[in-house]
Amino acid sequence: MEQHPWIPSLTREQVEKMLRVIGVEKIEDLFSDIPSSIKLSCEQWESLDIGLKRPVSEVEAKRIISEKLSRNKKLKTPPFMGGGVYPHYVPPLVKYIISRGEFLTAYTPYQAEISQGLMQALFEYQSLMAELLEMDVVNASMYDWGSATAEAVLMAVRVNKGRKKIILPENMNPLHKQVVEAYTYPHGVKLVTTPYNRETGGVDLEELKKLVDGETAAVYLQYPNFFGVVEADAKAIGEIAHEKGALFITGVYPVALGLLKSPGELGADIAVGEGQPLGLGLNYGGPYLGIFATRYDMNLIRQMPGRIIGLAESYRGERGFAMVLQTREQHIRREKATSNICTNEALMAIAAAVYLSMLGKNGLVKLAEINYYRAHYAWSRMKSIGLEVELFKYDFFNEFPVSFNKHGVKYSLVHEELLKRDIHGGLYIGNYYPELGETALYAFTELHFKEDIDLLVNTLSEILSKR
Amino acid sequence: MSTFRQAKWSEPLIFELGAPGRIGISLPDVEEEKRVVGEVKIPESIKRTSPPNLPELSEVEVVRHFTNLTQMAYGVDNGPVPLGSCTMKYNPRIAWDIAFNSGVDQLHPLQDERTVQGLLELMYELQKWLANIVGMDVCTLHPAAGAHGELAGVLVIRRYHELKGQLDKKTEIIVPDSAHGTNPASAAMAGFKVVEVPSGEDGNVDIEALKSVVGESTAGLMITNPSTLGLFEERILEIAKLLHEYDALLYYDGANLNGIMGYARPGDMGFDIAHINIHKTFSSPHGGGGPGAGPVCVKNRIVDPERNIKLGDLLPGYIVVYDEEKGMYRLKGPGPVSVGLLKSFFANTIPLLWAYTYILMMGPQGLRKVTEHAVLITNYFAKLMEGVRGYEIPYGRGRFRKHEVVLSARPMAEEVGVTAEDVAKGLLDAGLYAPTIYFPLIVKEALMTEFTETETLENIEKYAERLKEISSIAYQDPSKPKEWPLNTSVGRINVPKANHPKYVAPTWRVYIKKMRGEIQ
Ligand SMILES: Cc1ncc(COP(=O)(O)O)c(C=O)c1O
Repeated sequence: MEQHPWIPSLTREQVEKMLRVIGVEKIEDLFSDIPSSIKLSCEQWESLDIGLKRPVSEVEAKRIISEKLSRNKKLKTPPFMGGGVYPHYVPPLVKYIISRGEFLTAYTPYQAEISQGLMQALFEYQSLMAELLEMDVVNASMYDWGSATAEAVLMAVRVNKGRKKIILPENMNPLHKQVVEAYTYPHGVKLVTTPYNRETGGVDLEELKKLVDGETAAVYLQYPNFFGVVEADAKAIGEIAHEKGALFITGVYPVALGLLKSPGELGADIAVGEGQPLGLGLNYGGPYLGIFATRYDMNLIRQMPGRIIGLAESYRGERGFAMVLQTREQHIRREKATSNICTNEALMAIAAAVYLSMLGKNGLVKLAEINYYRAHYAWSRMKSIGLEVELFKYDFFNEFPVSFNKHGVKYSLVHEELLKRDIHGGLYIGNYYPELGETALYAFTELHFKEDIDLLVNTLSEILSKR
Repeated sequence: MSTFRQAKWSEPLIFELGAPGRIGISLPDVEEEKRVVGEVKIPESIKRTSPPNLPELSEVEVVRHFTNLTQMAYGVDNGPVPLGSCTMKYNPRIAWDIAFNSGVDQLHPLQDERTVQGLLELMYELQKWLANIVGMDVCTLHPAAGAHGELAGVLVIRRYHELKGQLDKKTEIIVPDSAHGTNPASAAMAGFKVVEVPSGEDGNVDIEALKSVVGESTAGLMITNPSTLGLFEERILEIAKLLHEYDALLYYDGANLNGIMGYARPGDMGFDIAHINIHKTFSSPHGGGGPGAGPVCVKNRIVDPERNIKLGDLLPGYIVVYDEEKGMYRLKGPGPVSVGLLKSFFANTIPLLWAYTYILMMGPQGLRKVTEHAVLITNYFAKLMEGVRGYEIPYGRGRFRKHEVVLSARPMAEEVGVTAEDVAKGLLDAGLYAPTIYFPLIVKEALMTEFTETETLENIEKYAERLKEISSIAYQDPSKPKEWPLNTSVGRINVPKANHPKYVAPTWRVYIKKMRGEIQ
């Protein structure tokens, strides 16, 4: 290999020049400190199963990868599936901005003066998110909703010193719960599940009251909850937590905030959520955007995880931006840091900032309404063909459970039949909630046109009528 | 002095732009659906009463605003970013094309596995390639970044000792004093006590000091190799043996893999667990702070022979497996002894696709060249800096560096009061990004420099020239560097003031509230 587009100094002349200056004969001499018993020869290394065991040109690589990816199934519509992340529209403008090399290929803005545009964009993300959540302080991102929730729980335990009990609702996303379990396991945190009300679908207030006590560090509430239900008693839940001195943590689907009260208005002390619906793709698991916010209270802020960009001034008096409150972070506090997070999801935060700027106050409400109406349209249509969709009394946002119990079919069979027709149905949740039996969670967004929904419902009707 | 001038747009904040009634995207109307459904039925107790206070801009204004902001940022696409420990290499656009335009952005992580066979095949191959690159047996692609991988790794260490019934005494994780902050922070997040060991003058871990702290309570050791000083830990085999004698596990922080790829593998050095920073060694872009991906690989050593538990069973998240019977790829979720889920779903797939493309195109030959040239360039640069007044290269005198070299501006700071930070600002003024400064903590006035194989010889020479120029200015008139930078979009930022409790404004909302006296 004597040329490569990504290794400019590969030319013989340049290599020779460098070797001469360094004073060695060949490149391998620079590796003489690696003990021979573990040093790989060229032949050993090249015999390993890595890539195609040979360099591949750009056109070839493109062909190989495209060919493999073409084996993914083509679906007629985006999947009718949510469960924490949703098929939403990603405007080309968002993609364009985050593809610009100045942002895309930058590192964390350690050198502020040459990175002001990046820092301003991140500050704007924090600020836009603060308005959406009506919370004062927002960090520059966590990995995703699940890990943000886990960090919120750990933060609550630090803030509420001596209290080790955390109350998690049964109707929160079960995957987020698993993340909380993994993060808290080493710290002796007691996770207690509070049940949902089988009638309303929301957290059961009476049961919750029995569980919250002087040992409780925090109560978590997801809204809309995992069933898509809007948690009409959210405010009361926060009050129950606060009465006993526990923190109130809320987890949100940000698009729903076009129609639902904000965490700030509900009295949340910490708000977390998933930024994916705000201009990010589904990306088969990531990157996503963990939203993390708190109130302006130094006792809370000092325990907050993650990077924060703040307004600043230059010594010349210009407006600028700087990383602030860094004495919480790992590079300074090491084992005493509030979190180990370093690389975060900054570019995704910028994507969300661009999208929120495009939407503006009315656009966000409108987007929420589209999601709401699409899902409610689907709900009415499903109901009209005799599907059991009225599982809970409280209203839902853009996602709701559909039960097939009455039809006496396994959901897997319905799913199979849909898939045969290139439609991907909802998420089976009977494994998490055995009491709900053959039930799947269906989600609808602006990407599911009325025709798509009609196609889904007609197909379901056809599948069930054949039974 | 170079003629660099960064754009200076004095760009208003997004909140200061736009006008009431504007919108930046055209959304579909849902009148038909509405006719069927009727009005919104959300209960008043949870219904929002007024729209969020977001600015209102047209699409034109949004594109201009953010375009102007990008012009006041600086990445590898602009010029050298030799941030030590960060491996800021070129992020190939072909990988961008595949990652952004191949439809993977439309795949839901809970979709039926049969609908994503193409992608799973790529991820399966990537797991295998990464395992071979680091000399391990099993990889999980699950963690979202290096630190997330570290957390995964130390949780595996914890579970290992727990399953062996010895967690009550295995309470400590050892880290060298040159370690990155995430190492001790991760160990603490996994509930361990952190014990620091010093480095010797040669840059290696002080083995006598290590011996004095290793014992029955040692659960594991976290270490990078090459170290954050850019030096290969020559006694790694001895260290591994020592730790294993006490049944402690060795964790490899893969941030510095670019210095040895193709020459040595952590798995062969005695490490049990290793994470890989996809966004460093394998070319996925840093995005101004993230995303990344931090796969974790382990040696599949036996943990419990009776229950047939192996180290790989302890890994978190989803692992892609091939189901021979069904002839298809599947995602294997966390089993009963796994440390569980560390994020909601599979993995940061987009950066992983980037890595796949990179490894495929490079092949083993290319990857070895990558390391060779990263190392060659580092030593060439170190040579150019040898004996330059004001700088020194502490630790490991006479030793070759690997992926990076840590200069120190200590002499300059002590003699004329010009610090590493001042030097950094002088580099910015020449249109060159600065090295990582003040890290590792054991080097005073550190300028940790890693060009990677990406950098051209011309730029390396230019960089060294600029450092020399800064030094001569510093010794002539030490007040000058204090005024830098002059050519960036703003002058030196007053960081203490930005952090002052009275002024600190992490959001526009807080700033406004402070102006109005609503919060102190
Ligand atoms: C030596 C070292 N270890 C660990 C990390 C953490 O990796 P990440 O930022 O991906 O979480 C870094 C990154 O800066 C590093 O340089």
